[in-house]
Amino acid sequence: MNDTLMADNIVEQAAAWRAAGRRVALATVVSTWGSSPRPVGSQMAVDDSGAMAGSVSGGCIESAVAHEAAKSMKDGEPRLLSFGITNEMAWEVGLACGGQVQVYVEAVE
Amino acid sequence: MKRDILDRLLAAKAAAIPAALVTDLNTGLQTLVYEDTVHGGFGLEPDLLDEVRRRIRQDRSGLLVDPQDEDGFRLFVHVHNPAMRLLIVGAVHIAQALAPVAALTGYDVTVIDPRGAFATEARFPGVKLNHLWPDEALAELKPDARTAVVTLTHDPKLDDPALVAALRSPAFYVGALGSKRTHALRLDRLRDEGLSEAEVKCIRGPVGLSIGAVTPAEIAISIMGQITCVRRGENHPC
Repeated sequence: MNDTLMADNIVEQAAAWRAAGRRVALATVVSTWGSSPRPVGSQMAVDDSGAMAGSVSGGCIESAVAHEAAKSMKDGEPRLLSFGITNEMAWEVGLACGGQVQVYVEAVE
Repeated sequence: MKRDILDRLLAAKAAAIPAALVTDLNTGLQTLVYEDTVHGGFGLEPDLLDEVRRRIRQDRSGLLVDPQDEDGFRLFVHVHNPAMRLLIVGAVHIAQALAPVAALTGYDVTVIDPRGAFATEARFPGVKLNHLWPDEALAELKPDARTAVVTLTHDPKLDDPALVAALRSPAFYVGALGSKRTHALRLDRLRDEGLSEAEVKCIRGPVGLSIGAVTPAEIAISIMGQITCVRRGENHPC
């Protein structure tokens, strides 16, 4: 059984990757509007090879978030990302369901 | 996230201590708030601290915006509460299906059964087992508002004491396996035990959502569906 399916252990996954010497970032849903697929507090860990654990949407924005996470791993700066139908990139990485979501991305020291 | 904050958050989660990680979205600074202490990169005014602790009790992560602050001061409160718990009374076949389904749903599962032949590691690999009588087990495990209790034994000697203890606890869900006839007889016995009509009405029985479940796995899904509905499903019939 996949451990990351069990609720709320993405921080542990991030710590395990970090302990294994990988660079890691955490992405967290901090606010949603409308019918976003994952609730506030949902998390995804990303490592420097692009491996992902958990999710911040139904699969629509994870690639874009992982891309920004790689930047945070490099410069150490957190990022606040917004996705949704009002986003000009909606056709590319927006939520297919029409919801909106803000995701906070931070490197794990 | 700073190493120190990460380590303390992991320690709190491992020890099942409720905590909230508060992030200043403008600066990236973070502070951990516990029920009795605070540790981290910035201080919080008493009223904000009260609000964070209210969020912990409500299990409600989200943004905190200070309308008085023109700088757009914004905090994100991420509540990390211990896992919800499911106490299963009866190490029976259905419990063998319900335990993994509940674990997958994120619940911390304990199977209670004093009958040694049922509650074995071989039948429940990796599941917490408690061999006390159900009323003693519940006295030890102290169901709280984040705990569901389900009885599955069909044996009044085991189920009834568990139901009495569960109904007198803050458990958010109490369910009992058994047909309508079995359940009606059970309610009669519990009334004779001195439970009020309001108390016995709190039992979900026959347990589970009505989805025509037949096999142990299907019944486990119907029970987990009902527990989920009671927890999350405002305005849904459960």
